[in-house]
Amino acid sequence: PLKSGPISFTRKVGVGPSDHINVGCECDYQRYFKAFELQQIDQKSPKLTLLFRNTKPVTPMAMAALRREGRRFVPLVSSPRPINAIQSTLAPAEEQVGLGVRSISTQIVRNRMKSVKNIQKITKAMKMVAASKLRAIQVRAENSRGLWQPFTALLGDTPSVSVKKNVIVTISSDKGLCGGINSTSVKISRALHKINSGPDAECKYVVLGEKAKAQLIRDSKKHIELTMTELQKNFLNYTQVSVIADDILKNVEYDALRIVFNKFQSVVSFLPTTATVLSPEVVERESEAGGKIGSLDSYEIEGGETKSEVLQNLSEFQFSCVMFNGVLENACSEQGARMSAMDSSSRNAGDMLDRLTLTYNRTRQASITTELTEIISGASALEG
Amino acid sequence: MIRQVASRFLTRPTAAAAVVTIRRPFSTEVTDSSSGDTAFVEAWKKVVPNIDPPRTPSQYMQPRPPTPSTLPTKLTVNFVLPYASELSGKEVDMVIVPATTGQMGILPGHVPTIAELKPGLLSVHEGNEVKKYFISSGFAFVHPNSYADILAVEAVPLDKVDPAEVQAGLNKFTQKLSSASTELEKAEAQIGVDVHSALNFALTG
Repeated sequence: PLKSGPISFTRKVGVGPSDHINVGCECDYQRYFKAFELQQIDQKSPKLTLLFRNTKPVTPMAMAALRREGRRFVPLVSSPRPINAIQSTLAPAEEQVGLGVRSISTQIVRNRMKSVKNIQKITKAMKMVAASKLRAIQVRAENSRGLWQPFTALLGDTPSVSVKKNVIVTISSDKGLCGGINSTSVKISRALHKINSGPDAECKYVVLGEKAKAQLIRDSKKHIELTMTELQKNFLNYTQVSVIADDILKNVEYDALRIVFNKFQSVVSFLPTTATVLSPEVVERESEAGGKIGSLDSYEIEGGETKSEVLQNLSEFQFSCVMFNGVLENACSEQGARMSAMDSSSRNAGDMLDRLTLTYNRTRQASITTELTEIISGASALEG
Repeated sequence: MIRQVASRFLTRPTAAAAVVTIRRPFSTEVTDSSSGDTAFVEAWKKVVPNIDPPRTPSQYMQPRPPTPSTLPTKLTVNFVLPYASELSGKEVDMVIVPATTGQMGILPGHVPTIAELKPGLLSVHEGNEVKKYFISSGFAFVHPNSYADILAVEAVPLDKVDPAEVQAGLNKFTQKLSSASTELEKAEAQIGVDVHSALNFALTG
């Protein structure tokens, strides 16, 4: 714990070649500053920079205390024009500003630079990882695109159907740092919920993925029927998705299932999409009413069982096919979004690093200048 | 076909590729940039005017041609699996699918049908060549415009099936069926027996 009270630095007056400038203070900073030998400073050499480099790193405790009490003493840390600041505070602060404070400020900036560089490396690596995962899953997603087309060709596309029991299946990712795709899916799901709930229509959620679950659970907790997470832990395949689809169909009553996901168009563009799967009764109702599914009656049903059983199987198969494609497309979009997010993050880190480097150099040069002026003025005082 | 698609992807740069110039089977670049289902878009705009409405699958699909007035000479077949599209838009003479009611032949001009499939042999006849696949169950749709969609969960070209393995599997599952105790085990063994005997039949028949 730091002692409260003003920091005071002791300093020997009279600066000569063999003198010793000792920076001491009443508080714990003492531990962190080395004594500087004057002869080294006298040589006005690159060793000055060596001295700065030789100081021990500043602990967070010291930094916090500095921040609290050192605003008067350390105008150097992040000010944009440190030279003016030093010159203005040189007179009153000469007693107070010691060598150690100078090295604290460069240390602070240097630590920041180190951490920003690490962040840049990490985000670059994450981008590469996302790129390789994207390549793998993009092939599979494109191959699965043929799967839902026969159903749409047969039964048409009916997103505007109005039924009593709507279920919105939201597909999202488990991991974060993937841009805004999960928020988009949740926004669309909420909007669909708003459109489809009314006095005689109810609307429920089935959520796949952690991120959408976290967002939806905040305000629609009572509407969520089922949640599933960790889909991508094992390699995504049709068997797994059909088991999930089976679970949903068994546990949730539905007239229409609306699946919300992000379709992968390219590495920078993801289109929010909603696909609608109707239960067999609604299909029959719509086909009788005419419209897109109107011609369903003209199709002969070849199957051992009755027409309704075949239509039931058809609807379940359609759901699992559409889900499979949706899950793959969403995984693709997730990797693509993560790639662009990490890319912009590393670029930002690079910019920040440039700015910090400039600040660091300015700080360093200013502190060297200060030191030199002190020595010179001290020396000239001795001579004169 | 999968290899072709994969090799096309390996040559693509990982940076943003906005325009796809290679026409891939079932490529679903957004073909219909219009607003899609108008009723849906209007209902959406009324409730949520600030957000763009999501797209719907029909916007990603090429529309199918209408029913021609004369009988077409060829049947257009799309044979799709979850992990690949085996045939897409291929013009053939005849397709024989294993429906639950037996083998069903589909010729151009066949009456529109929805057929449920059982594990069995699918053969595609084009001129003199016949391609045979063994498929697990699925569905087959025949549309009035002589388009046939066959969806299966798994398909294997028949020449890749090993007869010895099939026989061994059949014996194993018959044994399991006789020694099964619970309903679940019986059902699983029954499925194994069905599939393997169908495979056997397909290989020999």
